[in-house]
Amino acid sequence: MPNYSYPPMEQRRVIGKRITRLDGIEKASGKAKYNSDVRPKGTIHAVGVFSPHAHARVKAVDTTAAQKAPGFAGVSVVAAPGTEINWAGQEIAFVAAQTEEQARDCARLIKVDYEVLPHLVREESLAKAGSRGKPAGEQVTGDPDAAFSASGAVVHEAEYGIPVITHCCLEPHGQVVAWDGAANKIEYWPSTQTVSAVGGDLAKQLELPATQVHTHQDHIGGGFGSKFQSDQWGKHAALLSKMAGGKPVKLYLDRREELTIAGVRPSVYGKVKLSANANGEMTGWDSTTWMTGGFAGGGLNADLLPYVFRNVANRRINHTAVSTNNGPSRAWRAPNHPQVCYITCAAMEDLAAKLKMDPMDFFLKNLDKTPRADTYKAQILKAADMIAWKKNWKPRGSSPGTVKRGLGLALGTWGGAGHASQCRATINPDGSVLIEIGSQDLGTGTRTIITQVVAETLGLPMGGVTLKLGDSNYPASGASGGSTTVGGVSASSRKASVNALEKLFAAVAPSLGVPADQLEAVDSKIQVKGNAAKSMTWKAACAKLGVSPIVEMGANDPRNPGGLTTGGVGGCQMADVSVDTETGIVKINKVVAVQDVGLVINPKTSDSQVYGGVIMGICAALMEERVMDEMTGRFLNADMEFYKLAGAADIGEIEVHMDITPEHDKRGVIGIGEPATVPTIACIANAVANAIGVRVPVLPLTPKNVLNALHNTTRRLA
Amino acid sequence: MSSPTKPDQELQPTTPSGVSRRGFLGTASATAGAVGSGLLEQTAQAAPPAGVMGPGETEITLTINGKATKVKVEPRTTLLDACRERLEITGAKRVCDRGTCGACTMIVNGKTVYSCTTLAVDNVGKKIETIENLTAGAKPHPIVPAFANNDALQCGYCTPGMVMASKGLLDRTPNPTYDQVKAGLGGNLCRCGTYVGIRKAVLEAAKELRASGARKSGGSNA
Repeated sequence: MPNYSYPPMEQRRVIGKRITRLDGIEKASGKAKYNSDVRPKGTIHAVGVFSPHAHARVKAVDTTAAQKAPGFAGVSVVAAPGTEINWAGQEIAFVAAQTEEQARDCARLIKVDYEVLPHLVREESLAKAGSRGKPAGEQVTGDPDAAFSASGAVVHEAEYGIPVITHCCLEPHGQVVAWDGAANKIEYWPSTQTVSAVGGDLAKQLELPATQVHTHQDHIGGGFGSKFQSDQWGKHAALLSKMAGGKPVKLYLDRREELTIAGVRPSVYGKVKLSANANGEMTGWDSTTWMTGGFAGGGLNADLLPYVFRNVANRRINHTAVSTNNGPSRAWRAPNHPQVCYITCAAMEDLAAKLKMDPMDFFLKNLDKTPRADTYKAQILKAADMIAWKKNWKPRGSSPGTVKRGLGLALGTWGGAGHASQCRATINPDGSVLIEIGSQDLGTGTRTIITQVVAETLGLPMGGVTLKLGDSNYPASGASGGSTTVGGVSASSRKASVNALEKLFAAVAPSLGVPADQLEAVDSKIQVKGNAAKSMTWKAACAKLGVSPIVEMGANDPRNPGGLTTGGVGGCQMADVSVDTETGIVKINKVVAVQDVGLVINPKTSDSQVYGGVIMGICAALMEERVMDEMTGRFLNADMEFYKLAGAADIGEIEVHMDITPEHDKRGVIGIGEPATVPTIACIANAVANAIGVRVPVLPLTPKNVLNALHNTTRRLA
Repeated sequence: MSSPTKPDQELQPTTPSGVSRRGFLGTASATAGAVGSGLLEQTAQAAPPAGVMGPGETEITLTINGKATKVKVEPRTTLLDACRERLEITGAKRVCDRGTCGACTMIVNGKTVYSCTTLAVDNVGKKIETIENLTAGAKPHPIVPAFANNDALQCGYCTPGMVMASKGLLDRTPNPTYDQVKAGLGGNLCRCGTYVGIRKAVLEAAKELRASGARKSGGSNA
């Protein structure tokens, strides 16, 4: 079997270099075509009709007036009479017309009668949830009660909460789709995180063979875990296209629906009790948590508690999933982790304050309860150095003046091993190289890192490799979820290009008078290993192929990645904040992030992933919150004015340190998109507690919540 | 500052020849002799008097990136939708639907505007510059390579708006301070979290513009 291992760190020419992303200019010049920009000839438009009620039964749907409206091209009813509606925003019908404006007129003319039913849209109160809560069985390790009552035990007990937040992808969910009824063939341009699989999902909804759907996607405007399915809007846009004689139908959600039904992250609320002995060693953990993931209820794994420090000797976990009449949750960048990280690291910070310990020392002292004590220790010390923790940290609440400054820390972890991926490498007799892979570039730099791997392997410059992705006709590659893409596509493209190169070596070995295994590819040449004098140019070598290109496959098998990719990383983040105790406004001064991520193919784009993860964490810590109205059952701030995201002035300064070391490098490639966002919320919340001397128990850290905490007027969870 | 103009400001009729929403309503009510606003809707639905557009599609001419461009729009069609859905000018993006996020930013008569919050008919006779113009000349405007060099984008969906807001800022403030950059981009939101690179990119482009002394060139023919 060929040797697929990457060259040693010091010998790499392309991998590990800060190469500018290949589609940067295309995106920065507005030329990048997203599927919401695609407009094949004859495109018509569709929009949806959505339930205004959180819980109702559809009595009648009358589309007759819509059918007479100018431009009408078709209507497809999702919720037939009798259908039970379980959240506001649930799809009732989709209607198509020649222009979007006309489609909106048609939608307004569709009359729906509902029998309105009682709803539950808020989950902060487990008591009010009543039978809508489904408790999981209690899990106990050791004897937590004994730990809490042990002599000398310092016990802390408190409530914490983190609300539902939305993905808020800037490109809404939707697609352009054209169903040629005669050929029974569908051309499909969705906004998707899975080019290879989403067409099959659409075909399944339409009861067609997967072979009949051809999926295209050059660029996607954000997914963050919410864009894996073809959804109702995909199915009905396709049906409308068929009704309209195969005309392409463009249907993208409006912002309100995007926030309401296209994906949210589950909340978590809970009561935590934890203890330490006089030496500051954590001895017990007991948490009772609950959350909602929408009508289905679940979506949060409480078994991760206490997060990272899970090997605490005495532990009791109770958890309840509450079904609410809200839009469904979807995977949200590092599912479970940011929430349980907050619950854990906040409680630990609070206990450290009670112990009168520096929380950094408390975390360091308890690293034996984590799976990677050495890594975390080095990361904590590095982050502390970057933020000058020992110089700037003061005991909780001792910051003087009305604007108080504080520091906080948190730890995170993630898997991120490569997904199943296949790649095809073609070396043409003219020397051109084609790489085809049914993957997608979410803006993480996937195009760039695949090209780097192949250029490194073949000894070519970046420009010597043509990469094609974003088409379901290319070899299937996994969905971009779980930070698994970089591991998967780097391994498959490495293997495909090594396999192709071996064939090229075999073809040129006779001309260079050595066995094929004595050859190497460097600097656009094929040469005898270590002997640049005995070489031929890449072009001359490829000319030896005559008329037959080399076509080779490479695959990443997640069960046997052959050392090219692994999972399991740690990260430490620390925040420095200022809090105005008169206005309750929290200002980020600085966040530092130290992250282990295995073999880093492109430090420039991986740094960007960490910046992005931290900034998303800042948004969630300070401002993001889905506000549900108990009376009407509606999502009150389903827009971008009152559903807040941070702007360029809100993020302070961010410093990133990637642990690029030979020890981490030899573990292979590991994904970075998710781990980088995990600890941010908790470290900021801890910094605020350190600054103002009290815990703001339920996030976000809005002025209202900060002032309530300062004035001891926070509403208790019940 | 360079935050995009809010809708009420943008709807002020600024050129005598331009047709704005306010101008349209004024003409309609005057023609029908109606004063009360309650009659306006009725008036607008009647057969349009001469010089009044709508309610169906009417052909107008927009001056986009220096080119007179004919387009059929309804009175309610936004400048953004006219470009994206009728003219294949798709750099500007529709994200928030309502003048919050800046992904649709264009430069109209030298001012950054949210093109989702101004009607196409209100922009007749105005100089409309879209992101496509920044690479229309022989050399791209320096803000474009600066975004790429500083990895100031990820998914890239906010990027065209960010780039145009940055260009607008640099047009007015060629030598911005770091704080001016942060404030100047306050009307634009990113979800991937690319602000670190964006802030650097704007400063780098400003430096490049000063060095080349070419602030007014760079493909700008609007």
